[in-house]
Amino acid sequence: MRIFSSFAGAALAAGSLFAQAPEITFDSADFLKMPAHIYMGEAAGVATNSKGHIYVYTRTGDAFATTGTSRTFSHGGSRLFEFDQTGKYVGEFGQDSYGFLVAQSVRVDAEDNIWIVDKSSSLVVKFAPDGRVLMPMGRKPEAIFVGVRGGARGGGPGGAPAGGRGREGGPAPLPGAGAPGDLFNGPTDVAWDAQGDIFVSDGFGNARIAKFDKNGKYIKSWGSRGSEQGQFNNPRSLAVDAQGNVYVADKGNQRIQVFDNNGTFKTEITGAGAPAALCISPGSHPYLYASNSNEVNSLDNGEIYKMELDGKILGKFGRAGHALKEFGAVNEIDCRHPNELLVGELMNWRVQKITLH
Amino acid sequence: MNRSICLAAVALLSVPGVFAQTLTRAQERAKAKAQNVPEIPYESVPNFLKLPKGLYLGEVVGVATNSKGHVFIYTRSYNTRLLEFDQTGKFVKEIGEGLYGFAFAHAVRIDPQDNIWAVDEGTNMIIKFSPEGKVLMVLGHRPESGEVPVTPGFGVEPPPAEPYTFNRQTDVAWDPQGDIFVSDGYGNSRVVKYDKNGRYITSAGSKGSEPGQLNIPHTLAADAKGNVYVGDRTNSRIQVFDNDLKLKTIYDNVGAPWAVCITPGPHQYLYSSNSNPDNNNSEIAAVTGEVYKMELDGTILGKFGKAGKQLGEFSTVHEMDCHSENEIYTAEINRWGIQKIELHPNK
Repeated sequence: MRIFSSFAGAALAAGSLFAQAPEITFDSADFLKMPAHIYMGEAAGVATNSKGHIYVYTRTGDAFATTGTSRTFSHGGSRLFEFDQTGKYVGEFGQDSYGFLVAQSVRVDAEDNIWIVDKSSSLVVKFAPDGRVLMPMGRKPEAIFVGVRGGARGGGPGGAPAGGRGREGGPAPLPGAGAPGDLFNGPTDVAWDAQGDIFVSDGFGNARIAKFDKNGKYIKSWGSRGSEQGQFNNPRSLAVDAQGNVYVADKGNQRIQVFDNNGTFKTEITGAGAPAALCISPGSHPYLYASNSNEVNSLDNGEIYKMELDGKILGKFGRAGHALKEFGAVNEIDCRHPNELLVGELMNWRVQKITLH
Repeated sequence: MNRSICLAAVALLSVPGVFAQTLTRAQERAKAKAQNVPEIPYESVPNFLKLPKGLYLGEVVGVATNSKGHVFIYTRSYNTRLLEFDQTGKFVKEIGEGLYGFAFAHAVRIDPQDNIWAVDEGTNMIIKFSPEGKVLMVLGHRPESGEVPVTPGFGVEPPPAEPYTFNRQTDVAWDPQGDIFVSDGYGNSRVVKYDKNGRYITSAGSKGSEPGQLNIPHTLAADAKGNVYVGDRTNSRIQVFDNDLKLKTIYDNVGAPWAVCITPGPHQYLYSSNSNPDNNNSEIAAVTGEVYKMELDGTILGKFGKAGKQLGEFSTVHEMDCHSENEIYTAEINRWGIQKIELHPNK
């Protein structure tokens, strides 16, 4: 009996390997129509606004570096496209923007403002619905280091600073967290609570969640690198529910951590693999979706889970691959409609519209 | 007395370039082993490409034709660009302008459905375009900016080969089922097989010179039975693998295969270019530059061409397209252009 129960425990701990989540049947459409001579590239971010318009923040075009007198300056490599609800191309935001280097995600807030998160410029930028820049957060590193991977380098991904700027008199930063403050290091996602407070998962270089008020004023930061409760190992995505609880895709630790609005740990959700993208649908019965995305160098995993907010798995769908109805390194999910998801893929340079049955 | 005269004569003969029939050690290595190969009469169509004013090609590393005879050129220009011309050499359109997968061209191939496949060694990606130029599938992954991949040979070992990551891959081919074969490449030393949807099946090869090992697999082609012919350039041999990538045979008498292609149709021929070096080394160029025509079993039928800058001479052939048995297109690094070659084997 004792042996049996430890077996059961092992099976539960192994998560998605043994989880008997029912398969959800679904259809898919590759429905975005690019104009001639504009190419999608890696569809890192996808989001919809209240009218159903679709924003795609994508790694495309030519990233390049300008050699200065003693430093090298980076430009380009990502673009923000808008489509209408039928997939027709509407236009582009932020052409040649200073901050568009390596797209990570895009989200649309309750007022239809468009927010992009760039992992290499370490910026979160808020655009008005008409495309004006309303508020940049963080700061792009002035110069980048150009060299070989694995060689000496200054700073984190893309030459981002090693941590946020320390605040005078503040507490010493926790290991791996980066300094508490305004600066990001490879941020991954942004979300808002009902008051408009801003939450940023940060990210690749740092291992923390930062909270700001709706005007962009820093409030607090929590987390450090590790696997304990409240610690993170590559927080890749986050979402906030109607009560203001914060759900963090703690990818490297294969779990979703749930915090209250002030960053106090509430619970963790496992069994959905290593979540790389999260979203919570609106409405009276919200659902939590999480993608156990494949890495860009494999076709393992790739399924997306549908859950209750308490972590109960309702079902899953899809697998990694290149074909339609397969997923290639899903990096963001939009679930404004709980049964009509938009999925942005790095590997397949595409956004799929998924209809769940 | 006689003996010393004889020695002096030998010393004279071994000075490179003095007597054409005496080869330096480097020339001995570069020269194809095949002897007494008949020359195939041929001509190069003058001024085949009509470039619009203001459009400049750089190093042309890739050329391919589709079923209509349209010619696709993949070039390292100011940017890496993919250009389509019609069968008369008239410019049609550009494909993939500003594409995220384009950084440093290596090869372009057209599959039986006329899809266009670009092999880019700067982004470690292979991009499949529809005939209209829509991206249908991408293989490999471009390292994010700031994450520059390691080039071997600079004291850094390349990372181990992974199923879905290339390291300066060089070429792509398909068997009749649509399975995809990739030669990979400068960084890795292997051939990889995927199904038609890009799912990994198997791979073969490691760095070395033993049978089945590879040292810069630079080009490959598949025949109608699904056998794969890999131009193992630095080892100066073509290695033939079966459809499961088991080694079948080796052809080591046609020099360094920079470019191979196989003709369509019921009787297939294999062409292989023993290209002159891209560093314009004139010593080696003197004994290389010719293209061989072979049966698939390796029997050499003839050869044509030599290294040089003039029309009909070859300036480092980097890719060949066998549109038909007697219509060959060559992409040449040091020509900054292509040639359309018409063979006249019966003249």
